[in-house]
Amino acid sequence: MRRLLTVLIALGAVLGVAAWVISAPRPIPAAEIDALSGDAGAGRQVFLAAGCGSCHMGPEREADPMLLTGGREFVSDFGTFYAPNISPDPEHGIGTWSQAEFVNALKRGVSPEGQHYYPAFPYTSYIRAGRQDIVDMFAYMQTLPADATPSRPHDLGFPFNIRRSVGLWKMLFLRDDWVVTGPLSEEEERGRYLAEALSHCAECHTPRNLLGALDKENWLMGAPNPSGRGRIPPIAGPDFTWDAFDISAYLETGFTPDFDVVGGSMAQVVNNLKQLDKADLDAIAAYTLRASP
Amino acid sequence: MSFKTITAAAIAAVMATGAVADENPAIEQRQGQFKLYSHNIAVLGGMAQGRMDYDAGMAQTAADNLFHVTRHDQSRLWPEGTDSSASMATRAKPEIWENLDDFVAKFVALQNAAEALQAVAGDGLDAMRAGVGPLSGTCQACHESYREEAS
Repeated sequence: MRRLLTVLIALGAVLGVAAWVISAPRPIPAAEIDALSGDAGAGRQVFLAAGCGSCHMGPEREADPMLLTGGREFVSDFGTFYAPNISPDPEHGIGTWSQAEFVNALKRGVSPEGQHYYPAFPYTSYIRAGRQDIVDMFAYMQTLPADATPSRPHDLGFPFNIRRSVGLWKMLFLRDDWVVTGPLSEEEERGRYLAEALSHCAECHTPRNLLGALDKENWLMGAPNPSGRGRIPPIAGPDFTWDAFDISAYLETGFTPDFDVVGGSMAQVVNNLKQLDKADLDAIAAYTLRASP
Repeated sequence: MSFKTITAAAIAAVMATGAVADENPAIEQRQGQFKLYSHNIAVLGGMAQGRMDYDAGMAQTAADNLFHVTRHDQSRLWPEGTDSSASMATRAKPEIWENLDDFVAKFVALQNAAEALQAVAGDGLDAMRAGVGPLSGTCQACHESYREEAS
């Protein structure tokens, strides 16, 4: 009996150590990123495509999407997340971050303090983004106004309030490969980069499993609205009937093919994407049509 | 099927119809107004997007219509208790009634944009386009804050 207990304790300890090791953050070495040089002018397009302002702008109705004060709340099955301040403020924002710290936040979900971010922050998409694009975006974000609003802690239940548990989640679900594969045209590849790496369309338009990971079998086929009534509509699959012109025109003007006008959280997405080159909107449209199985 | 189940089913059916009939008619009536907006924006937006060729007469007529439809008096269309928490038939969020001043301001912005569009709709494609953008912006501002996702 005592021997069995000893074995169980030893086994438990081994598992605990294994979980601790497995769940450790795995940042990209700073030396690989330090050599890159950011171009703020190019970074603006990346910033708009990545849609940072849509979540990190202030919570007020008419908040400025270029003033990244944080404070918007995101209700989920795991608790309520509050987007943090990511303005260049040195104390409350990201003003003192290094380029490598920023790249690791976006592409690995690891904070400068070496902690995991929750995947409410879509590093699950940004992991596919090019390092140069992220570095350009970082340079652009430093040109935006600083704001000293303190970030609000998330309000999560046990065990989701243990950040280290996100390490295990990442082992299971954080992948840097493309979801839509197969021979793609140059335009479709560009669209895939925009949609899967930067604009993170799937984060809202794809349903999630019990652990909050995207269900890739139903990629872009619509999902329950996590924070209110109704559904996030499908943008692929049998229930999606728009053509390439419709999709591109919607992202450019906010008009659906029936001449309804965009609303809800998609309104800010259109506000950002309408500022991209029309060729990029056409590319997103081409990709979206390829995403249907 | 017993008489009791048939009666129960009949009562349930009557109650279900009753529930629909009890819906405040203002909900359907204001939705009719939105459909008229859309009916006219389809012409202006369709030309702006290049879905159809620009036609000065058609554009002017649609813009005139929008001007008048947005002047329809709203005072009886938004009674208390006709929000999305009270009825599945509407996507109008309760926040409308909590921020009525802001809602009215956004509606006035729509009226002003419709008036500005009316002044330029017949002046060529580019002039009309310059008026359509701000108009759709006023629609979007309201939809962003005050409309539920569709079911």
